[in-house]
Amino acid sequence: MDGASVRRRLVRDTRVRIALVVLAVIALSAILAPHIAPYDPKQQLDITHLNGQPPSLAHPFGTDPFSRDVLSRLIFGTRVSLAIALSAVAIAMTFGTLFGAIAGYVGGTVDAVLMRIVDAAFSIPTLLLLIVVIALWGDIGIVSLTLLIASIGWFTVSRLVRAETLVVRNADYVVAARALGMPGWRVLVRHVLPNVVAPAIIASTLAVGNVILLEAGLSFLGIGVRPPTPSWGSIIQDGSERVSDLWWLTVFPGLAILITVFACNALGDALRDALDSGQLLSSFDDAPLSS
Amino acid sequence: MSTPLLSVRDLVKHFPIKSGIFGKVSGQVRAVDGISFDVNAAETLALVGESGCGKSTAGRAILRLIEPTSGSVSFDGHDVLTLGREELRRLRRKMQIIFQDPFSSLNPRMSIGAIVREGLTIHKLAEGAAADTRVRQLLDEVGLRPEYASRYPHEFSGGQRQRVGIARALSVEPSFIVCDEPVSALDVSVQAQVVNLLQDLQRDRGLAYLFIAHDLSVVEHIADRVAVMYLGHIVELAPVDMLFDMPIMPYTQALLSAVPAPEPGVKRERILLTGDVPSPANPPSGCVFHPRCQHPAKDEECARVVPPLEEKTPGHWAACIKQNAPDFFIPRSALHRSVPSPVNS
Amino acid sequence: MTPPLLEIDNLRTWFYTDSGVARSVDGVSMRVDAGETLGVVGESGCGKSVTALSILRLIRAPGRIEPGSAIRFEGKDLLTLAEADIRHVRGNRIAMVFQEPMTALNPVFTVGDQIAEVARIHTDMSRKEAAAKAVEMLRLVGIPDPERRATEYPHQLSGGMRQRIVIAMALVMNPALLIADEPTTALDVTIQAQILELLADLTRRLGTSILLITHDLGVVAENCTRVIVMYAGEVVEEATTSDLFRHAHHPYTEGLLGAMPRVGGHAERLATIPGTVPAPTNWPAGCRFRERCEYAWERCEQEHPPLYQIGEGHVSRCHLAVEPERRANRHVPIAAQVGAGAA
Repeated sequence: MDGASVRRRLVRDTRVRIALVVLAVIALSAILAPHIAPYDPKQQLDITHLNGQPPSLAHPFGTDPFSRDVLSRLIFGTRVSLAIALSAVAIAMTFGTLFGAIAGYVGGTVDAVLMRIVDAAFSIPTLLLLIVVIALWGDIGIVSLTLLIASIGWFTVSRLVRAETLVVRNADYVVAARALGMPGWRVLVRHVLPNVVAPAIIASTLAVGNVILLEAGLSFLGIGVRPPTPSWGSIIQDGSERVSDLWWLTVFPGLAILITVFACNALGDALRDALDSGQLLSSFDDAPLSS
Repeated sequence: MSTPLLSVRDLVKHFPIKSGIFGKVSGQVRAVDGISFDVNAAETLALVGESGCGKSTAGRAILRLIEPTSGSVSFDGHDVLTLGREELRRLRRKMQIIFQDPFSSLNPRMSIGAIVREGLTIHKLAEGAAADTRVRQLLDEVGLRPEYASRYPHEFSGGQRQRVGIARALSVEPSFIVCDEPVSALDVSVQAQVVNLLQDLQRDRGLAYLFIAHDLSVVEHIADRVAVMYLGHIVELAPVDMLFDMPIMPYTQALLSAVPAPEPGVKRERILLTGDVPSPANPPSGCVFHPRCQHPAKDEECARVVPPLEEKTPGHWAACIKQNAPDFFIPRSALHRSVPSPVNS
Repeated sequence: MTPPLLEIDNLRTWFYTDSGVARSVDGVSMRVDAGETLGVVGESGCGKSVTALSILRLIRAPGRIEPGSAIRFEGKDLLTLAEADIRHVRGNRIAMVFQEPMTALNPVFTVGDQIAEVARIHTDMSRKEAAAKAVEMLRLVGIPDPERRATEYPHQLSGGMRQRIVIAMALVMNPALLIADEPTTALDVTIQAQILELLADLTRRLGTSILLITHDLGVVAENCTRVIVMYAGEVVEEATTSDLFRHAHHPYTEGLLGAMPRVGGHAERLATIPGTVPAPTNWPAGCRFRERCEYAWERCEQEHPPLYQIGEGHVSRCHLAVEPERRANRHVPIAAQVGAGAA
């Protein structure tokens, strides 16, 4: 498959267009948060008159029990939720890809040892582990939270990449590179890695949605993003004790999560289809169509 | 005779068969089981045989792209199998390989210019603009337009990709190239183009080829000498005319007679081998060919004695303990004799 | 004269791909008579396999058999049959053998089960009768110890053995026509000889007609009574085998014959056909072989050649048929002049 035809396929896919527009809007609101948010997300506007007010013209998404504007918190929360998800996934993907590619390419004992580490990691219930670590650690910042989430996400990627590497390392072009006298690390970087990242990218796109959910879940449990910093999960947490009368604290961030996760998954699925059928197409172009 | 460029002695490559979760070695696939031959400078030695005979493994073991189990390979005065990593990297400049599958042999994410340029960079043969010029020269030499350098492999046909693979091998100015079935995946007309190109390059650059193939008709065109492999062994080795005119081994004769004659009405006297090639994990005792052999003098001795590769007539080596039976032997003239055509009308 | 067993009339199978409409088969007509072995030769990209798949309507989207095509077989037009009726033809009256015997067999069933399944689809045989039929078929295709082999799985068999199984499956219903698409290309030469011998023997004994698709002219010479040469989605030459090899008319056929290395030939330089088959999305106007042809002249550029009658049962899609003096005018083909990029 080649980049151009995959891109062509992606652009033509309606799912992709919708998902990209949605994600662009979300990303823009995160970037431009200070300019578009009507209020300071941490400012308590009027603790006596504006606590827990339902949506109104002045506060379209209502206010929370601390008299903060929910729309502003949601917009700023996008920054936090998205930043955590994207960086955690980027870290996990980079590390997982390298780990898997090295295991697969070097093979032998190195592979066996590295893959046993992954097996061990897989056998740990990750959510439980996270909760325990955070509980022991106490108050953690956003950076630590991101690293923690990344640390439980990389092994899926590494397994996918290793499987792909096992195929690619026997391709003739890799053998040719070795026959040219190319040092091992260079073969890995130039010939193996570029050809094994596709599954990692697909997995990562799908993972962004999962990490948003995970962060929301942790924040909702009160062990993720700490108040007063807004994130989608922590906004829901703010209204968690009075869900029935403060429904806007659950519904709006909930919708934000739903839409984002949906868009990420749609994009990931489309990417997988495009890469798969891209492969089909190119082999189709070459052989069966012909003879 | 001067010293050969490449000398292979008793080369063995066994692949362990692992079974069970602990990877216990339960057997050995004897892919290459003690082969010896020489390749002289500017010569083409063809290594022919059917799938599974070990010919590709042999080619890669010589270049140490897979590590041989034992034996020795000497190339241009170097003992290839004992070289350290750095020395081996340097020597690889002189020994190259081209592949069968034109689709898997080029990295789909690199332009063909970048693919051809790599060897220049690794061995610091040219840099910058000089390297660009060299890449263009190489593409031109293999019959591709120099402007193609910026294009990607998927834009090319099988034959064109094969040319890119050849340019890549030539970039480091080797004196020896292992050609691993380079035309087997190509259409007839394109196959002829590539065969001619390889011959031109050999003439112009004095290259030596180890030409691995299963197609005897191509081999007859390109080879100076031919080695026939069966189940990890070389069973016959002779100059090309000798081998095609007077094949000694019953296996070689069967192989020759199986090639369909491209003339209607000419039906070869065909030696139809019965059965299949045995598994190299469990080769027959004695002569590995004996279960399928139709030699009239075949007896239990064949199942017991491993036949050595002996020089039967000057330059013509064969691994058979029986005398060449004249009435069994089918000379080339007979292979091509017209017999009444069974073509039904 | 009896009507032919199979008659393909102006078959056009086009693929609607991202990069345009690929006219893989573009107006092919041919016939197969009862009991004959017809060879279809051509290089990859000429449309020979798509023709074969079209006969059984096995073309999937984005491919489509265009209106106006007709495939008559035993008095029926296969292209207008209902889906249920074409299923009755597939595997029953017309069977197919593909190039790759491994992918044609299901790895999770024994070969006996797979052969028996064909019999049970098309007849009301009992399980036991079908199993006995499977063993009988294995014996027919020369598999030693058929009772034991029937209980084995495809991966336990060698490539040549698997191809015998595939042939056995194809012959269960004693079809009138066997379409063999490169049946020996994936096999070693000594095994190829066995399989071709088997096919020839079976046609003699069962009277099955064979449509043998191959790129190997040697296989054609030894096995076929008539040959069709395809190029760029069209039939370019049709003749009896001996006519084709002795008096090839079309320059493409000439080129194929010249490019073929032959055992017993001298070590001279091989003739080549410069350039490559054009893309099926973009066949050249005029003669589709023009750019690779040593004889091409203005007429070839302007006028798409029809199939000219050359002799008894011999047709050729080349203007040389009406301007034979042009044969004296050999020149370097356009594809070779550009030089570059040939392959």
